Parts: sequence; C-alpha cells; structure tokens
Amino acid sequence: MLVPQMLRLGVQSIPIALFIAVFTGIVLALLASYIFTGTVPLYFVGALVGKTIMMELGPVLTGMALAGRVGASIAAELGTMKVTEQVDALETLAFDPASYLVVPRVLAATLMFPVVTAFAIALGVVTGWITAVNLLDLSTVEFVKGLRMFYVPKDLWFGLLKAASFGAAVALAGSLRGLSTAGGARGVGRETTRAVVLGCEAILVLDAFWALVLL
Amino acid sequence: MIRFDNLHKRFGDRVVLDGFTLEVPTGGTTVLIGASGAGKSVILKHVVGLIRPDAGHVEVDGQRVDTLERDDLVALRCSIGYVFQFAALFDSLTIAQNIRLGLERQGLDEAVITERLRESLDVVGLSDVDDRFPDELSGGMRKRVGIARAIALRPRYILWDEPTTGLDPVTSATMDDLMRRTTDVFGVTSVVVTHDMRSAFSIGSRIAMLADGRLRAVGTPEEMRNIDDPLVRRFIEGRAE
Repeated sequence: MLVPQMLRLGVQSIPIALFIAVFTGIVLALLASYIFTGTVPLYFVGALVGKTIMMELGPVLTGMALAGRVGASIAAELGTMKVTEQVDALETLAFDPASYLVVPRVLAATLMFPVVTAFAIALGVVTGWITAVNLLDLSTVEFVKGLRMFYVPKDLWFGLLKAASFGAAVALAGSLRGLSTAGGARGVGRETTRAVVLGCEAILVLDAFWALVLL
Repeated sequence: MIRFDNLHKRFGDRVVLDGFTLEVPTGGTTVLIGASGAGKSVILKHVVGLIRPDAGHVEVDGQRVDTLERDDLVALRCSIGYVFQFAALFDSLTIAQNIRLGLERQGLDEAVITERLRESLDVVGLSDVDDRFPDELSGGMRKRVGIARAIALRPRYILWDEPTTGLDPVTSATMDDLMRRTTDVFGVTSVVVTHDMRSAFSIGSRIAMLADGRLRAVGTPEEMRNIDDPLVRRFIEGRAE
C-alpha cells in the first residue's frame, strides 16, 4: 500500500511542483535585483534566491499546491469509499480503516513531500540563476558567490523538515475529512473542499510554528 | 443465534429504531421486511458493530456486540459475511483482489486462499472475471462478486442487504436461487433485508416485519400470508390503501 501511495501522492505531484518552482525562481531573481540595485552588490541576488526558496517558498508553495492536489485526492477517494460503503465493507472484513487507509497515505505524504520539495528547490534556484544571468547584469560566478555566501546546511534541512510536516498535515486533513463524509456526491464535494482549506491552514500554522521553534 | 434486544437508535431528531426486539435462530433464512427507510439496514449494521445502539443491544452467539473489545470484534466480524446493497466492492482492486483481501486478513495459506477464491467465484457463476475491475461488471455481476467475497470467508452468518433491489426479474430470481444454495451448501444462517415480497416469500424460512422502529410481526411465510394485521397485509400485498 505504501509504495503505490508514494508514487501517486509524491512522484505524480512533481510536475506541478516544478511548474511553480520555475516561475518562483524567475520572480525571485527579478525581485531581488529590483530591491538590491543601487543599494547592495547584485551578487546578493543569489543569496536571496537560495535562502528564500530553500527555507520558505519552496516548501510552502509546494505544500500549498500539494494541499490542493494531494489533500483533495485523498479526501475525494476516501469520501467516495465512505458513501459507497467500501469503508464499511473494509470493517466487515475485519480491517481497521485508520490503519489500512490512513496510515499509508500519511506516511507516503510525509516521506514524499520533502522529495518533491527538494526537486522544486533545485529547479527554483536553477531558474533564478538562469534569470540572473540572462536578464540581469549578473554573471554565474557572482550568482554562485551570493548563493554560497550565506548558505548553511540548516537552510536546506529546515525547508525539508517543514515539507515533511506539511505532508503529514495535508494527508491527515484529507483522510479525516474523507472518512467524515456523508450525504453522497454533495458530501464528497463539501469534504474535499474542507480538506484543501484545512490542509492550507495547517501549512500556514506549521510554517509559523517551525519558524518560532527553529529560527 | 442473533438476538436484538430492545434496540433504540436515532439519527439527529429522527428515531429509526424504537425498541426493536427479535431472535434470529441458527440455521435457515430470516427475512426482515419493512418500508424503505424503516431502518432495516441499520439493524444489520448493528450486528457487525458498524453502528452502536443508543440503548438496548445485539447479541451474536451470546456475545454482546457493543461491548466487545477490538480483537473480539475482529473475530466476530470474521465469522459474519456481509453482502452490501450495492456490493461495496473496492473499485481500485480487481475482482480477485477484492475476494482475497478478507482471506489474507485471516492469515490463510496461499493454497487455501486460491482454492476459496476459485470455489466462491464458481458458486456465483463468475469464473472468468478475476482480473477485471468492478466498474467493468454489470450491477448484477457486482452483487454476485459481493456474495463471493462474503462466502469465501466461510462465515457462520451472512447478512444480505437488499440483495435483489434494482435487478431485473430474471436476475432477481437467480439471486434468490443463489441465496438458497449458499445457505444450504455452506450451512450458514442468513438474515436478509428486503422489501421485495416475491423474494422474501421465496427464500425466507421466517419473515419479520419492521414498522415504526419496532418488530410488527414475525412468523413463517405461511403464517405471514394469513396474518390478520392490516398494516402487514397491506405491505405484503403491496396495496396503496
């Protein structure tokens, strides 16, 4: 159960995460250049792009996108199972729906959100670099200098740790809302929406929590 | 034996069961009839602990269901097959996987699982659908797979929730025959919930009627045919007035 969930919730989410990362990298480089021009050396663009993507925008934007994709998918799937009595059928076959349905999904999302986020961070930094080199008056050497100047390993693991907690929260929100579904197709729609909203709220709360605890 | 003792259940303001009491003897088929929405399926769900009563209780072979520990409830569920109204097959699994799931949960050997899978699909007349998914089957075929999934577990009891609802008359008669064979061949005690009177009198060794959340009448098919209670007669004869 775990591997298929990791493929479905994680691997298949990589394209949307990369799509977001590309545009985040471009905007961040341009924004940094706009802020720094005339005030601080432009190689700080590399520092801002790297730090921001690794520590905040990579995990949070990926998490938000996946709250929509993964949270909705889990809630709709489990909600449909609930209203079509498949969850009841599981119980009559002596399965515990929580362990059979929820645990693999939460585990898969907790393991795969950091992987997806890592890809997003890598591509975000690369597109930031490409933007800096091609659209700004910045060389690769300067961009990398800025990128390395303030880098500490904590930047990366802080972002990936947050992503793991976002994964757990999004999958848990989707599972809880899905298993609470009642009232047919309308109920599935309602709980799916609630799951996405709950997932996004949880991401914002956790984001602040980790900042308070670890920074 | 399954014993329903003064069962009460309400959902919000709506009282569904209001002191339902009935004994289902071991062996044979007890058919529970009643109007749509009367609470027949709710009664079945109490038997396997899917719903907890507000008051009263259900006993299966002397065990009170609502107070069972998790492990005992699991053991009880392993002895009861449940055939859902719309089959409730797991749509992400193939037919074979649907049937194997419960057998694997019971920790049976692969050889036994394979044998039970073959036998149960043969009994319901679906020997060549192993690798198909539920959405590739007709409604009647899905119901038969649901039956195969239940009988593969070799349960002592089978609970049938509206087994003939939504089926054409021929498929419905086939389903009746299948229920009779299942009860005879595997020696199970069946509790069937239905409002299909033709089916009820065709398969039932006892028929009980639920009305206003309580047991209104119970007896053999012959006794129910000759009953004086006007409400029961009207329901059985399908008269509007």
